[in-house]
Amino acid sequence: MSDLTSLTLAEARDRLKSRTISSVEITKAHLAAIERARGLNAFVAVTADKALKMAEASDTRFATKDAGALEGLPIGIKDLYATEGVHTQACSHILDGFRPVYESTVTANLWRDGAVMLGKLNMDEFAMGSSNETSYYGPVASPWAPPNWSRDRARAAMGSDKRGLLTPGGSSGGSASAVSARLCLAATASDTGGSIRQPAAFTGIVGIKPTYGRCSRYGMVAFASSLDQAGPLARTVRDAAIMLRSMAGPDPKDSTCSPTPVPDYEAAVGRSVKGMTIGVPKEYRLEGMSSEIERLWSRGAEWLRAAGASIVEVSLPHTPYALPAYYIVAPAEASSNLARYDGVRYGLREPGADVLELYEKTRAHGFGPEVRRRLMIGTYVLSAGYYDAYYVRAQKIRTLIKRDFERVFADGVDAVLTPATPSAAFGIGEKGSDNPVEMYLNDIFTVTVNMAGLPGLVAPAGLSSDGLPLGLQLIGRPFDEETLFALGETIEQSAGRMALPEPWWA
Amino acid sequence: MSVDRNTVRRIARLARIAVSEAETPHLQDEINAILKFVEALDAVDVAGVEPMTSVTPMRLPMREDVVTDGDIAKLVLANAPLTEDGFFVVPKVIE
Repeated sequence: MSDLTSLTLAEARDRLKSRTISSVEITKAHLAAIERARGLNAFVAVTADKALKMAEASDTRFATKDAGALEGLPIGIKDLYATEGVHTQACSHILDGFRPVYESTVTANLWRDGAVMLGKLNMDEFAMGSSNETSYYGPVASPWAPPNWSRDRARAAMGSDKRGLLTPGGSSGGSASAVSARLCLAATASDTGGSIRQPAAFTGIVGIKPTYGRCSRYGMVAFASSLDQAGPLARTVRDAAIMLRSMAGPDPKDSTCSPTPVPDYEAAVGRSVKGMTIGVPKEYRLEGMSSEIERLWSRGAEWLRAAGASIVEVSLPHTPYALPAYYIVAPAEASSNLARYDGVRYGLREPGADVLELYEKTRAHGFGPEVRRRLMIGTYVLSAGYYDAYYVRAQKIRTLIKRDFERVFADGVDAVLTPATPSAAFGIGEKGSDNPVEMYLNDIFTVTVNMAGLPGLVAPAGLSSDGLPLGLQLIGRPFDEETLFALGETIEQSAGRMALPEPWWA
Repeated sequence: MSVDRNTVRRIARLARIAVSEAETPHLQDEINAILKFVEALDAVDVAGVEPMTSVTPMRLPMREDVVTDGDIAKLVLANAPLTEDGFFVVPKVIE
């Protein structure tokens, strides 16, 4: 059985197509793996009955030969995608009991193509976090055990408060942990400042945040509308390409969703990168950056050079301002988006003597500390007298960040290569308790991409001296995900497929 | 810029989040840490720069101005914590 969960999405697809395995078989294998991995806390809801029904329907479609691109493939869904009649809370207490009466466009696209839903995946509350520790449902453990920990020690920590175990990153921590631990073939995730790419790097898997507008945001619980974008997490570049092709596409229900047709991303995997120009931005060479990350980065550039690309140094001068500007724009948009949680229309309701008290008590109890903090920051920077000084200024800086990239691309650069994260995964309970900014710094390499609306792919590129996965990021031109898949495949092939940890948790 | 305790209370009220007196000093410190972090932006010359309003150069699509759904009161109310006769229920607003 464990054999079936170790297949890549593409391998599973081919075996299903040739009917050497059935969807029910591979779905059952994953449901069993999920059961054994309860301790990781990657899933917040398992939809076993639904999964088996979908798998049976897929097997029927294989028999009648009208199978879709993802027919019969069991996947996990991040808890912020509205799934009709199924637990959807963005891992917040304030959405207690919420069962959407509609389906998000991205998940509807996946079901249209035949995918099988295993359940809903843990995440930081409303996607606000970089370690999956802000979830109302508790932290998620990475399948990567801390360096030098024995199996018994890791299992003991998993059974208690999980402190000391590694975080899978965030906000898509449940998705990353589940994909890395082989609990699903791939998963949906979302990325507002790095929430697909940082977890991919931390767990040794592949993640892509496509261009803003590539996937519909309809039915995704909103955090910061001008930054949020859907994307997949998967174990190979090819698998990520297969997933994205199904997830993406025009949608009249989201006016910011692009009408451009979706290319066959898988066809770009394996395409030659010969003659491409790769920019290495000098501003990403941070003071005090670990030599390990620097070496990984140079090695990545060497691999691409060896594959026939030329490497040039480029300058993105406004990079240092991306993260501070993000911490104005994102909370501002969040404070507006999350105004809808009022204790009246859905979710949690704390009684109050008047409507104001009802709102204030519901929101105080329903939102966790990180969400409350960001909503207050957002409210402040939008309040009378501060709007121009903070919000408008941050949006001007966003224009400058975008221009930096436009200039580099206009000079003939096809993609930009950077590290994915400033370090390997850290421990649960290790960061951000004294100063929230400490946690925010995790997104330093990823956040510029959201600010400029560009596509960014992270692929595993090697291990740290402690034996933990590290990733490299490729940033592309708007709607040129294909170049990222071609380059990502080169990195994956050069680095060698990441050997994922044996299941100490099972 | 930094916020004092009164400002913290005022923001909490605007954000419709109840904040106890005991929580205020801690929240004040955290908000000030974030405000200090974003001070870096003051160093940027933004004279003559247009604020970003749309991240992709895309014209919002128009559609015909017609009703596309409706008569779904049951669905709208399906997740409401308290309803009565097809309405949301809130504490009395008008005296």
